[in-house]
Amino acid sequence: MADLQYQGHLHTLQKELMAEYYASLTASAEGSGVPAAYLLIGGNPVELLRAFDILPVFPEVNALQLAVRKQSLPHIQAAEFMGYSSDNCAYVKADIGMYFAGRKTPFATIPEPTLLLCNYVGCNVYLDWFGHLSEYTGRPAFQLDIPFIRTRSGTPSRDDIVYVLRQLERLVELCEEITGKRLDWDRLREAVRLSSETGALWSKIKHLTKSAPAPYDAYFDSVTMMAPLYCLRGTPQGLRFFETAYAELAEKAAAGVGPLETERFRYVIEGPPPWPHLRTFRDMFSRWNAVAVASTYSTVGGLWEFGFVHDPDHPLESIARHLLEWNLTNRNFLQRYAQIERYLEEWNASALVIHSVKSCRLFSAGQGDMREYFTNRGIPTLLVESDLEDPRYFSEAQMRNRIDAFFESVGHRTAVQGAGS
Amino acid sequence: MHTPVLQESLEELVERCTQAVETPGFAEAEAWKREVPGRALAGCFPVYSPVELFHAAGMLPVGLAGGGNRMEIAHADSRFQSFVCSIVKSTLEQGMTGVLSSFDALIFHSICDPARNLASVYARNFPDQKVEYIHFPQNLGAPEATGYLAREYERVVVSMSELTGRAVSFDDVRASISIYNQVRSVIRDLYAIRSDTPHLLKTRELYPLVRYGHLVPPERHLEVLLRARAMILAREGRPKDRIRALLAGSFCEQPPLDLIAAIEDAGCYLVDDDFLQGRRWFTRDVDAEADDPYYALADAYANRSVPCAVKHDIRTSKADALVERARAHRADAVIVLCAKFCEPALFEYPLYRKALQAAALPHIALEFEEKMWVFDRIKTEIETFVESLLFS
Repeated sequence: MADLQYQGHLHTLQKELMAEYYASLTASAEGSGVPAAYLLIGGNPVELLRAFDILPVFPEVNALQLAVRKQSLPHIQAAEFMGYSSDNCAYVKADIGMYFAGRKTPFATIPEPTLLLCNYVGCNVYLDWFGHLSEYTGRPAFQLDIPFIRTRSGTPSRDDIVYVLRQLERLVELCEEITGKRLDWDRLREAVRLSSETGALWSKIKHLTKSAPAPYDAYFDSVTMMAPLYCLRGTPQGLRFFETAYAELAEKAAAGVGPLETERFRYVIEGPPPWPHLRTFRDMFSRWNAVAVASTYSTVGGLWEFGFVHDPDHPLESIARHLLEWNLTNRNFLQRYAQIERYLEEWNASALVIHSVKSCRLFSAGQGDMREYFTNRGIPTLLVESDLEDPRYFSEAQMRNRIDAFFESVGHRTAVQGAGS
Repeated sequence: MHTPVLQESLEELVERCTQAVETPGFAEAEAWKREVPGRALAGCFPVYSPVELFHAAGMLPVGLAGGGNRMEIAHADSRFQSFVCSIVKSTLEQGMTGVLSSFDALIFHSICDPARNLASVYARNFPDQKVEYIHFPQNLGAPEATGYLAREYERVVVSMSELTGRAVSFDDVRASISIYNQVRSVIRDLYAIRSDTPHLLKTRELYPLVRYGHLVPPERHLEVLLRARAMILAREGRPKDRIRALLAGSFCEQPPLDLIAAIEDAGCYLVDDDFLQGRRWFTRDVDAEADDPYYALADAYANRSVPCAVKHDIRTSKADALVERARAHRADAVIVLCAKFCEPALFEYPLYRKALQAAALPHIALEFEEKMWVFDRIKTEIETFVESLLFS
């Protein structure tokens, strides 16, 4: 038990591996010769890049890292000086500000892109973002057009899958052109196999929070695991990280150890975190002994916990299905309601917190309706607003008051229900 | 049923269209629906909707253009946050207050994140109405994009056929393409007339004439437009000392008519604009004789449509296209008028600014909301801008 520290080995390993990843970005920026492709988190097809030894660079991850380190505001302001609106996504503004500041960050020097791979997976801002990067960098953008899930079945049609496959085949041709080498199908299958095992472990990790107490916070701790999930998926290091994480967290679950001394409230949280104020925000929940047992945000890059696995025998089709169907961002808003309902029921949570961020309207537009839906079903639901990147949109006192009042009321309700039963 | 237009003066026609546009509700469309049992209405959210598909299915495609400044948003603002544009909220408000209750289907498109989520929210709140969401490829120019869009159109037509119980043939679609080609052709003429002789056709007049097409069958709209064109061509007048300005950015949510008038009154001839872009989406006629009319429509979308912030085509730069357009219309300046919180429009601005500055084209950037009532500030800003150009 003494070894089961909250900041356990997985945190140390995450830091080490991410430091190595960022070192590889800096090396590329400084002329290592390794080509870099910018791509986006939503359902990212990173496996394809692995097969060509192309370094994946995620501008969203870079932007959030800037925010966590309180470095985002000057870049946001620089972009606004260029004409970007205060109402534009601050991830984009931070990234573009950083680009024009020489691509130097406290964690890496970000390389110029060899390829701008715009995987348009739900988020319309992606298209503008990469379009602008294309204008500024002079590099062409490959628009990987992923049809949104829009049918009643909630699944892509055969036409959708074939359409994405044709585009992936053209992307392969482009990567061959960039790197000067033919696609090695064995390497692609190997990357997909690694992703398959990684995804399976991540899914098992997600299901661990069904335990009471949950062995980790599925929002604030999931984000620690999300960086390797994107930046290292499809590599042996990425798989090693998730083996370590699963072993450690499973042990905690078996031992009944959670992230807090006591687990009083189990809640589901919807929406991205306020990265510039992450610690402050977390403390607002911790002081109530409230633990997130599931989060929608942790499924933006992929939704493994509901059954998806990459298939090494059908690598491209598997990547296409991941892009189309098995991630939050390409699913419609009502599918998100259903996802949250599953979390509430199967993860045994009693409340929903919606963190509405101004920057990301994919996430936030319409969350008032979501609140209405769950409130009408008897789920205590709190909607709070701030931003994921711009530190100016966070009102600490107001946020704290609202969260305090919410858990006060949920606690009261639970007590009354307990007394009445 | 309809009042004949052949005897009306241009001013009367414009006034009729203005009244139709400014009166809340969809009276003419509802009357059309009542005339024959089995008719159906499809409400099409901006920006571009393939109206031919609904027309071919025996429906009247009605353009949704928000609630204007005569609707109080009392319900929808609890569903969509303060940082979401007004048209998303006013459209939902129209649903919640029964204004859209005669619609059989609502059509949304892949234009932006709030519009996409609105499709879901609308579907949940109004389960008796059919909601369709059309995916427009964002990789235009890619070899597979056009064929994919053609099949997407077929999917939507099958969905509408299920609703109306009417099978749609290729000939039905060709006939619909043909009538809308005629409408678009006259609108192109009117836009050309305004650009050549803006003193003979104010935007305050042109706009309601075009937007009237949101509310009535294309056959009726064509009748009005042809009559208007004939009378405009007979007009005489002399140009005033005004600047020629191109107005960009207002392609989805629409400014109040009084704001358009205020911009003109501030000393501008608007020689081109982005208003109601979906009604003038194609640069020339769609092939109405094609073997596969779905492919013809999709091909026109992919290869012969106007640049728009919600359409991503990496073959061309929208900022360069804006500069070229300004030059083609001999514009002295550009007014970038974005709807508040319209992220696609706001994202265009930095690249517009860069290109306009490089081309030494003066510009001014402003924001509006459909629900605004007071225009003094914008008018003063534009007056100052115009004076700076006229007297510099």
